[in-house]
Amino acid sequence: MISIFKKARWSPYAVGTGIGILSWITFALMNKALGVSTTMVRTAGAVEGLVSETYVKSNPYFLKYLGTVAEPNPILEWQFSLVVMLVVGAFCASLLSSSRIQEAVPDLWRWRFGSSKRLRFAGAFLAGIVVIFGARLAGGCTSGHGISGGLQLAVSSWIFFLCLFASGIVTAWLLYGKGGKDHV
Amino acid sequence: MFENFFANPTTILMGGVTGFLFGFLLQKGGVTRFSVIVGQFLLKDFTVLKIMLTAIVVGSVGIYGMRALGFDIDLHIKATALLGNALGGLIFGAGMAVLGYCPGTAVAAIGEGSRHAVPGVIGMIVGAGLYAEVYPWVKANILNIGNIGKATLPSMTGWSAWWFILALFVLAMGIFNLIARLEQKKL
Repeated sequence: MISIFKKARWSPYAVGTGIGILSWITFALMNKALGVSTTMVRTAGAVEGLVSETYVKSNPYFLKYLGTVAEPNPILEWQFSLVVMLVVGAFCASLLSSSRIQEAVPDLWRWRFGSSKRLRFAGAFLAGIVVIFGARLAGGCTSGHGISGGLQLAVSSWIFFLCLFASGIVTAWLLYGKGGKDHV
Repeated sequence: MFENFFANPTTILMGGVTGFLFGFLLQKGGVTRFSVIVGQFLLKDFTVLKIMLTAIVVGSVGIYGMRALGFDIDLHIKATALLGNALGGLIFGAGMAVLGYCPGTAVAAIGEGSRHAVPGVIGMIVGAGLYAEVYPWVKANILNIGNIGKATLPSMTGWSAWWFILALFVLAMGIFNLIARLEQKKL
């Protein structure tokens, strides 16, 4: 039993089954669907709220999630707690199998763009902005739309899923070309 | 705003347990790695597709199955705004190919030790703030196009969900078979 946890990688089909069953549990016992990206909105709202609560509460998008001044919604709620514990879950999993990494510049990126940490971090930061912008425009990310929405057969989610893959493939090929395959 | 900061302890605990298991599974699946995610888009490593399709098929059988058995389970369908969903997916995919993570896997990757996932997640928080700024314009000009509400494939077509689940299952098996053949060829 212990040896399973020490294994660095599990079969993707086993992991997919595990995530599928986890979603049964969240739907049935918690009345929730797995998701992540709304937490970025709550965090942004909370950080901006440290400077000016009036400003945050005058924004219709933040209002949807954080509630009004008179009736504020909790910030540290179900999904926020989920996102925080994602770090701990992955930490424990990697610790058990001694597969922790300290990757700052991935090999593929280094092959294409050089070993500058600063460039990679700037790229990751800007890409993070783009990712969440897309997620919020679509209404969810890979977990909320892709998995939770996909399994509910939601029209919105399948459109998102197909567009995500198409765009990801095109972008990766534009960035890395055919030679990229030899570096992942 | 900070008066009502915490949800009730049960909710926080349940979210935490879910997140722990989800993060554990993502790391064991290898999708907390940049190379695995970008490898998927370069059509070299099919781990992402295998995990997602399996989760979707298993999840759908369970959710629709429990509903069919009479359990009181609510669906959580996101609104359909055709232009927003499509454009959002295209933007998201481009960002994900550069970052090498999606939001959930980026956060989990921090737990695994990935350094560059940290500026990625900070970017996401900044991106959420920027989106809130342009939201009124987006709502008026993009989200109103092709707005057909909380539609599902069964609700749109009138067909039973089980036809779609069966089709998904067959499609997934076909894709997994094709991937297995591709992988065999490479060895």
